[in-house]
Amino acid sequence: MNNITDILIVGAGPAGLSAAVNAVVRGKTVRIFSNKENYLSKAERVDNHLGFYNISGKELMNKFSAHAKSMDIKIEDGKVVNILPFGDFFMVNVSGNIINAKNIILAMGVSNVKEITGEKELIGKGVSYCATCDGMLYRGKTAVVWDKSKDACNEANYLDSIGVNVIFISNNSTTSTSNLNKTINFIEGSIKTILGDNNVESIILDNGNKIKTDAIFILREAIAPSSLIEGLKIENGFITVNRNMETNIKGIYATGDITGKPLQLSKAVSEGLIAAQHVAKNK
Amino acid sequence: MSDKLVYIKNSEEFDSLISKEKFVLVDFWATWCTPCTMIAPIMDEIANLYSDKITVAKVDIDNNQDLAIKYGIQSIPTVLFFKDNNIVAKEVGVKPLASFKKILDEQTA
Repeated sequence: MNNITDILIVGAGPAGLSAAVNAVVRGKTVRIFSNKENYLSKAERVDNHLGFYNISGKELMNKFSAHAKSMDIKIEDGKVVNILPFGDFFMVNVSGNIINAKNIILAMGVSNVKEITGEKELIGKGVSYCATCDGMLYRGKTAVVWDKSKDACNEANYLDSIGVNVIFISNNSTTSTSNLNKTINFIEGSIKTILGDNNVESIILDNGNKIKTDAIFILREAIAPSSLIEGLKIENGFITVNRNMETNIKGIYATGDITGKPLQLSKAVSEGLIAAQHVAKNK
Repeated sequence: MSDKLVYIKNSEEFDSLISKEKFVLVDFWATWCTPCTMIAPIMDEIANLYSDKITVAKVDIDNNQDLAIKYGIQSIPTVLFFKDNNIVAKEVGVKPLASFKKILDEQTA
């Protein structure tokens, strides 16, 4: 197959970059994707990473990125939406583009994805995580877009442009609305519940208001691992791995905070290394 | 691409197919849908693997909006499995070949 990368890494925090660096050292081809600022950059002070006493998370993160860059590792902007196994390789949907990879290393950090009431039951029945995937189905209908990430605004504008009647719901009244098309209705708030028997019929806001809609697009920064790959083993919100960082699906590894506690930098870096070395040894 | 796939042109053709064939797997898709592109090779493979038993049909929802409405397609890809003219299984979204095989083997056993 043309253009098949050895390893596709999801997330460019400490675990993902450590995996990338170690894979490249062993001669593997790597593509690494990220669509958000990671948690380490927000840490005010880190004191427990050996060799770096009293350093800010941002400084450390900059060092990590610079290290990767000096090895010609390019962090690409993109949100991984689906991963589909095909026997000896994986097909990955990254922001609407398909990329093939022999192995996957998941390193997207803790997904604080808390599903709301009615969400799971109505997936594919009006609940969607991808405006560019399902938007066309709601031309001439009403759709709520829930702002939970920086791309929510663009996705709402896209829906508006194809003729969907968009209601934009956000807690962030200033930054979100400034880029929003004028034709989009803006409501400040958060969504508590999704209602509907066979299809989405309405949503209930935290202030108790009910809004009628045909669809709800929930645009979080990360897609829950369980929605990303069918059949991935997850326990108490964390992906189950063995000592080699292998998940229950052959060729898919998980590293860093998504594999469980302790949610610490040094653990993430180590797990990235273990996964990369294991991939390199086996293929 | 498998030459065994049936590309549905209109609802009459669709109705006649599901009433004539015992087992029909129907893939509702569209050209602009990336997840649909991902499962397309799986539909090809099913058409080849089960060619003696199952007919695999593709419904482009942009050209067959009446069918998409009739079957309440809210997200694509949606794959419906018809047995004796009735829907017996439904899969929404990107699923691996094994998930489809499990359904097909159960339903055709």
